[in-house]
Amino acid sequence: MIFSEVTSAGAQFFQWVPLILAFPLAGLLINMFFGGRLPEKVIGIVGSSAVVLTFVVAVLQAISLVGHPEGAVVPLADWIHIGELHLRWAIQVDTLSVTMMLVVSGVGSLIHIYAIGYMHEDVRHNGDPGRYQRFFVFFNLFILAMMVLVSADNYLMLFVGWEGVGLCSYLLIGFWYDKGEGGIGNAMAAKKAFVTNRVGDFGFLLAAFTMFGAFRSFEFESVFRQAPEVAAIIPSAIMFITLFMLLGVTGKSAQLPLFVWLPDAMAGPTPVSALIHAATMVTAGVYLVARSYPLYSLVPEAQFWVTMVGALTALFSATIAVGQFDIKKVLAYSTISQLGFMVAAVGMGATVAGMFHLVTHAFFKALLFLSAGSVILGLEQGHHHVEHDPVLRKKAKNLHHFDPQDMRNMGGLRTRMPITFWVFTIGGLALAGIFPLAGFWSKDEILLEANHLYSWAYIILSIAAFFTAFYVGRQLLMVFFGEPRTEPAAHAKESPPVMTVPLMILAGLSALGGLLNLPGIHTFGHWLEHTLEAATHGEAAEVAAEVGAEAAQAGALGFDLGIAAISTALAVVALGLAWYLYDRRYKQMLDIPPAKRPDDPLRSILGPVFTGMERKWWVDELYWAVLLNPYIALSKFLAQVIDWRFWHDWFHDVVIAGGFKWITRLTAVRIDLGGIDAIANGLATVTQGLAQQMRRLQTGYVRNYALSVFVGVVIILGYLILR
Amino acid sequence: MLPVGYYIALSAILFTLGALGVLIRRNSIVIFMSIELMLNAGNLAFVAFARAYQSLSGQIFVFFIMAVAAAEVAVGLALIVAIFQTKRSIDVDQLNTMQG
Repeated sequence: MIFSEVTSAGAQFFQWVPLILAFPLAGLLINMFFGGRLPEKVIGIVGSSAVVLTFVVAVLQAISLVGHPEGAVVPLADWIHIGELHLRWAIQVDTLSVTMMLVVSGVGSLIHIYAIGYMHEDVRHNGDPGRYQRFFVFFNLFILAMMVLVSADNYLMLFVGWEGVGLCSYLLIGFWYDKGEGGIGNAMAAKKAFVTNRVGDFGFLLAAFTMFGAFRSFEFESVFRQAPEVAAIIPSAIMFITLFMLLGVTGKSAQLPLFVWLPDAMAGPTPVSALIHAATMVTAGVYLVARSYPLYSLVPEAQFWVTMVGALTALFSATIAVGQFDIKKVLAYSTISQLGFMVAAVGMGATVAGMFHLVTHAFFKALLFLSAGSVILGLEQGHHHVEHDPVLRKKAKNLHHFDPQDMRNMGGLRTRMPITFWVFTIGGLALAGIFPLAGFWSKDEILLEANHLYSWAYIILSIAAFFTAFYVGRQLLMVFFGEPRTEPAAHAKESPPVMTVPLMILAGLSALGGLLNLPGIHTFGHWLEHTLEAATHGEAAEVAAEVGAEAAQAGALGFDLGIAAISTALAVVALGLAWYLYDRRYKQMLDIPPAKRPDDPLRSILGPVFTGMERKWWVDELYWAVLLNPYIALSKFLAQVIDWRFWHDWFHDVVIAGGFKWITRLTAVRIDLGGIDAIANGLATVTQGLAQQMRRLQTGYVRNYALSVFVGVVIILGYLILR
Repeated sequence: MLPVGYYIALSAILFTLGALGVLIRRNSIVIFMSIELMLNAGNLAFVAFARAYQSLSGQIFVFFIMAVAAAEVAVGLALIVAIFQTKRSIDVDQLNTMQG
């Protein structure tokens, strides 16, 4: 037993850990059953405080772990007993899971508080205030599912959370299910996310089945303990598990080739994008790989594939982000790209670096999304203002088709929304990896590890980092600098404090998050070491121990000034380039008459390449052409030809119904009428005819009867005498 | 002492007469009387054989037949009266409602 029951004295609150599930559950139940009668403020406060209390419990766990770094497993209930399978519902408290708990509940609290203000405006803007309650119910349900996911002590329980967050993602992407393109755009986006995730979940399930086949267990502790032995006997089993798990990761964490759902998921309200599709849920895949590190460390091929998928995703989606005009789509592709960084990091065994980036990314990406939400809200209010002002209304064009998320409609928001501008800048620079913000330290650590372990991944990730800085610069300049390009932008208003205060807190975290794992001190590395080393602490874990030691060593890698300098230089150059293009060229562009003016300076330089970026390299179109259209054609064929025409029209109607009719007719006409009825009727006819003949004997005259008696007697007597 | 064959012959003649009477006559009273004639032909045969074989059982049987005949007369006459009351006739050919 690795996680021995904690007996020694000291501050430890491990027994309180079930509360991380109880609080969100309580919040969602209260809002679900009583929310209809409660005012909006109370609903928001109930929902938020449930998460804040969860955060408090998570903090208590972290405090306990300082004294007892070995952690604990807190069993709640027996869950499944079937044959060999004995599973209990137990909460794993160790440094890795508590890190996730802190991030989820911490960032979750801030986003919940922000959502109190944001959703207040959003439900009114979309014209259905009744959905305010539903939003918080779903949001708390998400926190609950996420807590199940990160607190699992076995893969099956993790899968329950995994599916739970997927469900919440679906529900919240489709929150305005009656809105969007053609009235079904959002519902389609939700469906797309759900179906794409099913493909990944299929991989996860296959991995789980293989795992049970090989290990006869789902529990982390037991699986990791047996892993080296199993790897020695059936090495392919671990290979299968890790690769199928990778498929699950590509689904949940939006990696190549299953990333297509995440950009569409921006159809959800902005707090959803921030919490689920940037900070927490999509990092579940990273957490899964980090958690399964003892398995991945046994198969370098799987590590190679994970790293490759991560690195390529990072570069691929970073290029797409450059060509997007929707403020949230840029951030969505940025999220995919950053998730690629994390997946690459945990894939190559740099678990600490990957998790570190996960934490800092949760800070600054949540910040960016929430500030984007603030910008959108500001523009919507500007739009509202313009619409209700008769003078401005005449000046403004295309008011009906105004898209408050299109960055081409923005500009000059720096002075109109100063708080949002400053926090967005901090988040953006953190994302770009500018010293000394959080993103700099975590990204630098990944690059350092990559340079050490997989040099080609280092090159890809560095290019991705360059693009990252470029699109951050582009976004900042397009949104906040220059002159307002539309009337609504000119009349945008700063958001209320309930939204800006969480933004400021997140900005602080994004700025200072690097302190978690400063080079040379490695607080975070040492914090996670307890879990990572415990997990790889096997009997014959030679390979694992070797890689673990390497990882630990890598975790302790110093600060490479060269790599830091290169990445910073790349970021600065990219930002400079962005400034040149989107400040200088943009201003020059305004001199060109609007009819000929390109909407983006890059378009005139890059031409078709920019169109490629804008159109997401036609990946959606490719999927439609290669997968979906053939699939739909096949479905239609199966439905119309095979099912309807063959089975229904021919087999059911002709063969079964026709055959049955034929047999029925045969039995009815030939056997029943012609046989049985004929016998019965014939008997009756014969009897009738006989009776017709016999009735003549009945004369009614007594002497005839008497005569027949006499004749009979004579015959009988004659017979008796003459015999 | 006459031989028994003579008695039997007489009995047979009487029986044949009775049977013919039943078959031929239409008057139900006459038919009735013919039946009595047949019964008594039987009686005669019984008595003749009882005497020839010196056995009393034949004579006792005759008593039974006479008793039954008396009873039959009682029932039969009552029937004839009833028939006459409904049909105003005792002609048996009138009673042919059983004709099929």
